[in-house]
Amino acid sequence: MKFGVVVFPGSNCDHDAWYATGTNLGQQAEFLWHSDTDLKGSDCVILPGGFSYGDYLRCGAIAKFSPILGAVKKFAADGGLVLGICNGFQILTESGLLPGALVRNRGLKFICKPVGLVAGTTRSAFTHAIPEGKKLMIPIAHGEGCYTADERVMDELEAEGRVAFRYTENPNGSLRDIAGVLNAQRNVMGMMPHPERATDPLMGSVDGLGVFQSLIQSFALHK
Amino acid sequence: MSQITPEVVAAHSITPDEYERVVSILGREPNITELGIFSVMWSEHCSYKSSRVHLKKLPTKSKLVVCGPGENAGIMDIGKDAEGNDWCIAFKIESHNHPSFIEPFQGAATGVGGILRDIFTMGARPIAVMDALRFGPLDDPEVGRRNRHIIEGVVSGIAHYGNCFGVPTVGGETTFEPSYNGNPLVNVFALGVFRKDQIFYGQATGTGNPVIYVGAKTGRDGIHGATMASDEFTEESKQKRPNVQVGDPFMEKLLLEACLEAMQTGAISGIQDMGAAGLTCSTCEMGSRAGTGIEIDLAMVPQRETGMTPYEIMLSESQERMLLVAFQGREQEVLDVFKKWGLDARIVGSVMDDGMMRVRNHGEIVAEIPSRPLADEAPLYNRPFTKPARNVPMDGPAVVSKDLLADLFTLAGSQDLCSKRWIWEQYDYMVRTNTLAGPGGDAAILRVKETGRSIAMSLDGNGRYCYLDPREGTKLMVAECCRNLACVGAEPIGATNNLNFGNPQKPEIMAQIVEAIEGMAEACEFFETPITGGNVSLYNETLGDAIFPSPVMGVVGLLQTQAPVGSGFVSAGRQVYVIGGLGEAEELRMGGTQYAKQVMGAMWGLPPQLDMDFEKRVHTAVRSMVLAGAVDSAHDISDGGLAWALAECAFPAGVGVAADLDSELKPELLLYHEGPSRVVVSTGDAAQVEALAAAQGVPAMRIGTTTDGTLAIRNRGAVLIETAVAPLKEKWATALETMLHDEIHA
Repeated sequence: MKFGVVVFPGSNCDHDAWYATGTNLGQQAEFLWHSDTDLKGSDCVILPGGFSYGDYLRCGAIAKFSPILGAVKKFAADGGLVLGICNGFQILTESGLLPGALVRNRGLKFICKPVGLVAGTTRSAFTHAIPEGKKLMIPIAHGEGCYTADERVMDELEAEGRVAFRYTENPNGSLRDIAGVLNAQRNVMGMMPHPERATDPLMGSVDGLGVFQSLIQSFALHK
Repeated sequence: MSQITPEVVAAHSITPDEYERVVSILGREPNITELGIFSVMWSEHCSYKSSRVHLKKLPTKSKLVVCGPGENAGIMDIGKDAEGNDWCIAFKIESHNHPSFIEPFQGAATGVGGILRDIFTMGARPIAVMDALRFGPLDDPEVGRRNRHIIEGVVSGIAHYGNCFGVPTVGGETTFEPSYNGNPLVNVFALGVFRKDQIFYGQATGTGNPVIYVGAKTGRDGIHGATMASDEFTEESKQKRPNVQVGDPFMEKLLLEACLEAMQTGAISGIQDMGAAGLTCSTCEMGSRAGTGIEIDLAMVPQRETGMTPYEIMLSESQERMLLVAFQGREQEVLDVFKKWGLDARIVGSVMDDGMMRVRNHGEIVAEIPSRPLADEAPLYNRPFTKPARNVPMDGPAVVSKDLLADLFTLAGSQDLCSKRWIWEQYDYMVRTNTLAGPGGDAAILRVKETGRSIAMSLDGNGRYCYLDPREGTKLMVAECCRNLACVGAEPIGATNNLNFGNPQKPEIMAQIVEAIEGMAEACEFFETPITGGNVSLYNETLGDAIFPSPVMGVVGLLQTQAPVGSGFVSAGRQVYVIGGLGEAEELRMGGTQYAKQVMGAMWGLPPQLDMDFEKRVHTAVRSMVLAGAVDSAHDISDGGLAWALAECAFPAGVGVAADLDSELKPELLLYHEGPSRVVVSTGDAAQVEALAAAQGVPAMRIGTTTDGTLAIRNRGAVLIETAVAPLKEKWATALETMLHDEIHA
């Protein structure tokens, strides 16, 4: 399976996603440049963490206008798999690929620490290999990770089983403990925690592997 | 053009003697731009004029040192990768003390920015940052509120810059003393990794080669920052806020990626960042190092504001700027890379063969100074020194506890010893997925993915010890750094230092500097950790009161990449040893301890006694235990003594210990003395631990067994301490946040 990792000016977890998928999971991994429109035959596009375009204006607000995002939107509309991590999640909400918004953490501070997560649904290409109810330890590292949306959207997300991950102990004030969500077609997922940082036993946790293994297995099934 | 009067000269902090020298170098009177240029290059901050004669005493060489002091950062060899390529690390520590007092957030942020540029200007990708921070007490009745404001600002400034740039902030240390009330210390250490064949130096070689300016535009910010950093603080200093630069970590991240990519083209011959003294420093230093000169035209320099004078442009300390020299004819390759990253890059001049730094403005010469005398021949002062300043008695009050357990809780809730999680959780300490051991342990460990080896690093300083005895205090600090590395299994290979002191023109302060440097030289020689670079920060005084002498060390070590051994007990039922034994103590040497400070509120006497030979053998023994997999945990005994070390071992997993000691020492000393050369280990293989200690001729004293959640210490059957771990841990874990939180409701 081929993962394409988008590099925006200011991305800083691009290398981590590339290393996790390419080395720790042994898949093909390639960088995609923000001003290009070619996804180079990627089977899954990753929008990585970092501070795209300095996160000026709002987190992810400028990235949504980048040329590559036009290609990513088309790819997603055609059913392609898109994973947004941290700043990538913020870009997905800013660009309308996912509902809701990510605002300043409750407490107003940047927080970096491993947090407990459970998959909110196993009915997705991103979560189906994760055992139901299993508590995963995956790090967060963000200042603006408080997920928010209006009641109607929240109810819809719940009703359609589109909450991908919930925090076991809410670190940032996210409504309904939401750490990650899916789009209606279930092929786009954004999450604030960093699964790519938990794919190597030396880094203290391998609980992030489930996200990538889900993707790899589901790609193999549907290829 | 302004008249150069004695008042103008004095306003530039240039002495009459120094002015004579300027005139003799130029063969004429300087103009105002030239005077400004001399004043920053010959400032204490840039020239080390008061410390250089003593810095020469430090060891700087070993077979692993590739580049010692004098460049942007020191470089050491860390061995080969599987393909046989040699790899290196570049590292250095630098202070941003004065700006952090005036504007804590930007002062600290630009401190991080400056040291990161020093690393990647050499071609290395930064992989770790650590910080040594000193503040005034948070609960000071008069200035506690300001101190809380400063720590909040400094921590968020470091977080802002490092997190956005994408370098993990992996550790450091933070302590509090009244002497830092008006003068906090922000020392930032950074380390980068690269291949040995990709090292770049700040040299302007090749006559006719184009000189390229890249990065942020030049503005009026930070003019005379280096001169400011070389003055004492007065009431007016708080008015110097416009002197503090504003940082843009996003710009820095672009510069990093663009510079590393441009270096790959092979079209760059030399590169240097513009830090203190900005364009002035980079042009004359690059020329001086290569024995060449540089000519630039300021009309070509990208400017943020209109109407800037040559004086302002040359002295601006606007951040995120680099100066580089390309090979003639290949400049377009370099410019193309910067364009790709959306950066402003402009050819501003060229390399000359006449050794002159020549600055034009629209063609007209506005400054013309020989590079070498300006960059490297600043006046050196062998300033007079007497005995180190010291205003505490040798004899202290009797060390008698009312309640040994209550004392332990006092330590747990103290600003110096409490958990610093509130600080380091604001730092992304994992980005780039190399952090095997992050903040909160004895030493941080970063793996180098390319080589299969890891770098361990530890920062340490102890102003109290150094105030009591600068020489011995500094030796203890080097020893502790190396001990911290031993606890994670690393072999120390090199060091960087930050020398924070008061006004060197006072003989008793100069004496502190001399004693500390000589102590450092002796210890670094002994522990085989050459100093590859560093920083000197003097004039850390406010209204005539100097800080404690505060040298800070960063020591770097190597080990094979493997799962790290932590400092905390892992499970119940394991044997606990103190490698190095219980140590010796007397009341004279209790006066600098945390017990004296937190429990007794007093200071006296001398720091603990260090036997370097014994200390080194303890390191070798502990390192061998960690590498052999013989221990579950290893943690050194330092601030707070044995009792506090055992508490810290208990906190991570909540696993306690039942310790039975056999000592002649009175309980207060036994529990809380800070004698060095001691490490607590827990093990399931007692025989191996004992054998490895015996092999180095150091005692391995078995003191007890780990337990489920109770910390108990007995001596010869008498209970000294007995408590559940949980409440002690709670106190330790929440103290800092509670103190800061109180402000909100105050």
